[in-house]
Amino acid sequence: MSLRQTPFHARHVASGGRMVAFAGFDMPVQYAGLREEHVATRTGAGLFDVSHMGEVRVRGPRAEDALSWLLSNAIRRLDPGQAQYNAMCNERGGVVDDVFVYRLAADDFLVCVNAANRDKDFAWMRAHDQAGADLEDQGDAWAQLAIQGPKAVAIVDRLVPFDAESVPRHHFRVDTFAGIADCIVARTGYTGEDGFEVFLPVGPGIEAVWDEVLRAGTPEGIVPVGLGARDTLRLEVRNALYGHELTDETSPLQAGLGWIVKLGKPGGFLGAEAVAARKATDPEKLVGMVIEGKRIAREGMPVLLDGERVGTVTSGTFGPSVERAVCLAYVRNDLAVAGRRLTIDVRGREATGVVVDGSFLAQ
Amino acid sequence: MKIPDDLKYTDHDEWVRIEGDVLVVGITDYAQDQLGELVHVELPAVGKQVKAGQAACEVESVKAVAEIFAPADGEIVAVNEILEDAAENINGDPYGSWIYKLKVAAVPGGLLDAAAYRAKLA
Repeated sequence: MSLRQTPFHARHVASGGRMVAFAGFDMPVQYAGLREEHVATRTGAGLFDVSHMGEVRVRGPRAEDALSWLLSNAIRRLDPGQAQYNAMCNERGGVVDDVFVYRLAADDFLVCVNAANRDKDFAWMRAHDQAGADLEDQGDAWAQLAIQGPKAVAIVDRLVPFDAESVPRHHFRVDTFAGIADCIVARTGYTGEDGFEVFLPVGPGIEAVWDEVLRAGTPEGIVPVGLGARDTLRLEVRNALYGHELTDETSPLQAGLGWIVKLGKPGGFLGAEAVAARKATDPEKLVGMVIEGKRIAREGMPVLLDGERVGTVTSGTFGPSVERAVCLAYVRNDLAVAGRRLTIDVRGREATGVVVDGSFLAQ
Repeated sequence: MKIPDDLKYTDHDEWVRIEGDVLVVGITDYAQDQLGELVHVELPAVGKQVKAGQAACEVESVKAVAEIFAPADGEIVAVNEILEDAAENINGDPYGSWIYKLKVAAVPGGLLDAAAYRAKLA
């Protein structure tokens, strides 16, 4: 199967990007080096091509009803110009996908979905939209760049005709970005840093936007950042990644996403009853652990207590900013307590993980 | 990509310096570049017996773990303990950062010379 390319593919290759297959796309995993890209994003700014992400346009007089049923958060409270994180659940209370919803107008939404779930999500939404909204897979119509880091807003400010700083967190403007009209310029992100995610309509000349952003950010030392650092950045701030912390089997409450699950919202949502019922029955919940010593816990490694299996690591890495190995893991409910020490089986050798609350960056 | 002429190489991107009946083993410039920034070396125990082609120890970068294979049957007689707290030395100086020394009964014949290793990577 041939890999798909984003509009910026030639730029990645020209910048020395090391390309890997990800969700059917040929994507850069790193350029100059993962650690350097990670640190640049934490201290200055990083530019990410996230055009592989999928988009579903939901329009029409029943669009709000449709999304309020399909998604877990308070869709009806979203004003035009606002963005909101949501879980899309199945009848078993598992997570079909975690998505970001952008309300463009009263009857017009853009739903940003994970690249690997694009086909699954669109089929799911079509099959389970009881309200009768107009659903369109617009994954090929949008490119997406993320500009993230403490200096990102200053850089974006040079590329838009409005005051970038005036856009509140989780709000967006539809406007010209680097000469491309009708972009969605959103104060959102996945890295734990301030910044923007920009949806650009795919069209002639769009690839030059990559160069424009790098040029605009030269004073701040902006660097292109690959998928490798995107993962370490999100993991340090404990943002969930679909397929790891979230799956068709995990409930959003197990994963610690109670803040986006509105069980009592008017009309309910698909899967709400199962999500509520699972509160009493799910045996495990997601925790963050800091690893003592130098070993690195990785996805799939068993978590043990006194030799007994009590959980599984879902993501793990060395955190370049935390400067320690950190991981996320599902563990038995009674062990999901800050300060609890657990053993991780690292390929037959033991490492000790200590459960912590909150972002690893705050430890 | 540096490939010194005075070393031997394995198919698994280790370099080997032959010092009598002791093989000094590290990973090549290519290997460190592929792995990216190394953060941990799981050194073998001195005295450990290893078999040719078997994993003797592991190196780990932010994104991946890689096994370091033994180029011959033998006994680990020394490990580079400096790497315990400075795995990144391998990135900066892969051929100056040996990982372990292996005492062997017979020097293996199947190692690649620099030209052959260069050809393999090409």
